[in-house]
Amino acid sequence: MTTDALISPGVTGGQGLWSRLMSGKTGPVLVIVMAIIAIWYFSAVMLNSPFQKEIYKRNSVEWTTSQLISDTLSQERPVLPAPDQVVVELYKTTILKKVTSKRSLVYHSWITLSTTLLGFIIGTVLGILLAVGIVHNRSLDKSLMPWIISSQTIPILAIAPMIIVVLNAIGIQGILPKAFIATYLSFFPITVGIVKGLRSPEVIHLDLMRTYNASNWDLFWKLRWPSSVPYLFTGMKVAIATSLVGAIVGELPTGAVEGLGARLLAGSYYGQTIQIWSALIAAALLAAGLVSLVGISNKVVLKKMGMAQ
Amino acid sequence: MISFRQSLAILSGVLSILALFFPLGELNGEAVSLWSDSGLTAFAIVSMLASVAVLLNRLKGLKADLVLVILPHVGAWMLLSRLDVADQHLASGFWCLVVSSWLMAWLLVDQLSAKKTKTPTAKRFYSIVVPVLFGVWLLLLWELVVRGLQIPTVLLPPPSMIGARFMASTDILWADFQQTFLKAVLIGYILGCGSAFIIAILIDRSPFLQRGLLPIGNLVSALPIIGVAPIMVMWFGFDWHSKAAVVIIMTFFPMLVNTVAGLSITSSIEKDMMKTYAASYWQSLIKLRLPSALPFVFNALKINSTLAMIGAIVAEFFGTPIVGMGFRISTEVGRMNVDMVWAEIAVAALAGTAFYGIMVVIERACTFWHPSFRSSR
Repeated sequence: MTTDALISPGVTGGQGLWSRLMSGKTGPVLVIVMAIIAIWYFSAVMLNSPFQKEIYKRNSVEWTTSQLISDTLSQERPVLPAPDQVVVELYKTTILKKVTSKRSLVYHSWITLSTTLLGFIIGTVLGILLAVGIVHNRSLDKSLMPWIISSQTIPILAIAPMIIVVLNAIGIQGILPKAFIATYLSFFPITVGIVKGLRSPEVIHLDLMRTYNASNWDLFWKLRWPSSVPYLFTGMKVAIATSLVGAIVGELPTGAVEGLGARLLAGSYYGQTIQIWSALIAAALLAAGLVSLVGISNKVVLKKMGMAQ
Repeated sequence: MISFRQSLAILSGVLSILALFFPLGELNGEAVSLWSDSGLTAFAIVSMLASVAVLLNRLKGLKADLVLVILPHVGAWMLLSRLDVADQHLASGFWCLVVSSWLMAWLLVDQLSAKKTKTPTAKRFYSIVVPVLFGVWLLLLWELVVRGLQIPTVLLPPPSMIGARFMASTDILWADFQQTFLKAVLIGYILGCGSAFIIAILIDRSPFLQRGLLPIGNLVSALPIIGVAPIMVMWFGFDWHSKAAVVIIMTFFPMLVNTVAGLSITSSIEKDMMKTYAASYWQSLIKLRLPSALPFVFNALKINSTLAMIGAIVAEFFGTPIVGMGFRISTEVGRMNVDMVWAEIAVAALAGTAFYGIMVVIERACTFWHPSFRSSR
């Protein structure tokens, strides 16, 4: 998963702007985004019109095509809300509402974000510790690694309600149970990445360290750890995205109290499609922001370490 | 300098000595020492002797294998049967023995993973036995801790109870498996991966679409797509169709991105060779580019096998008919039937692992020529 979409090269102007735009990535991406929006509008009209026609029939109103289109795009509970409706809802629930209000999407996003980050941090630490254990201990490598891999083939999200109920019962409440689910999903890419990274130094480098009479400790801090940093960031990019998924799903069984997952669940209970879509878009923006943040820190750190390509 | 093996032996030995002096537990309010249980006393003494032998490097090779295979497992069996004594409260001596036998098992794992094997069959054998041992001990410790500390079964049932429930309710589990896996997951998986594969081949002819779709596909793969579940349930109803729709959307983008990336992996020298053979577009696609894209395609298929399971189960949290794995989990949690939940989780885990495993087997059969499989010798 790359962040190319987010950090696409800016076009500096000058001659042949159009062809330069279209030969890079920006132009095609823009065209496809426009196409998606057009398709979205079209399907909104198609999906919402049966219900609208029903209303016309019941009220015996004469209708024209243009009126039908404008009505289908401004229903209160549409099957598929139009993009502008979602944008308006997003604007209303972020800018116009106070941040502390229970109806503010910023508030719910913050709840989800804090769970995501806590889960991600615990997952990263756990992932690194496991990887160090695996690289330095033969029996852990042979016995634990297969289980770590198969742990991810288990649909852990199925256990989410279980974990939350059990932890609630022993008195752990609030953010931690949700963060555990995010942790479970996020430690795996980190462990796999770092194990690969810690083993990435070539034999010639290891031999050089040995000629310096380096201890295992030095070998780790001066050679293995620095060379695993690029792998750590690759893992972290995947991990933060899965951590967000874990946080959202973790909010479902708590009974739709707070967070983006709760907004999704509440929206589906009450048929508030616009609310679902705006929560979805907010989650997508959150994911894109987090992934690009990791991407940027990756570039900065690698540059500081002199490893940038 | 003490090796890892020796430190394991020291710890195990010290713990089995301590077990001889600490109280084993309380029976009807009276303290009981280990000496009253002759089996466990014998186990503590033998494991102490074995640790000393390992420490002094007297126990090596086949003899060590034999001792370490028998000793900790007989010990674990005795500890397990000790749990059946009624009205007892287990104390430090018991737990010393539990940890001691666990360390013994670790010694065995350490010894087995250090084996230098000559034949590939033996290598394969050890690569299976070692993780299996790890799993068995995980279950053993789970059983010992949960029953020994008398943790309420509502919180965490012991594996034996889950196994009993699994056996007793195979018909319900089978119905849920059918609903969730055979209908929602498989159909969604096939449709999602298939359509993404076809679209990837179609957009392969247009570099413009490729440049535009790849960044978007990459972005979408990182998004929490699981969130469309409530919308799909609203559109397609409560039955498996809505779950299949979620699975289609979740599996689509990883497959698209990977196939497009795989199709662009062929080097120009290979394409040039196809051109010198006067191969048409379709000929070079089928004979050259699709085969070399296969590792990428299988990568997506493996990722998607997990995603599909997650998608179907989570979508069931948003509304289902009264059957299905996600439905069963969320309702049985509410009714505090935790053993049933764990049985369902076991089914999900088995199905997920088997699904992934099948993909790995097919991958090996189709991409045996790839360096990552050849260099495994």
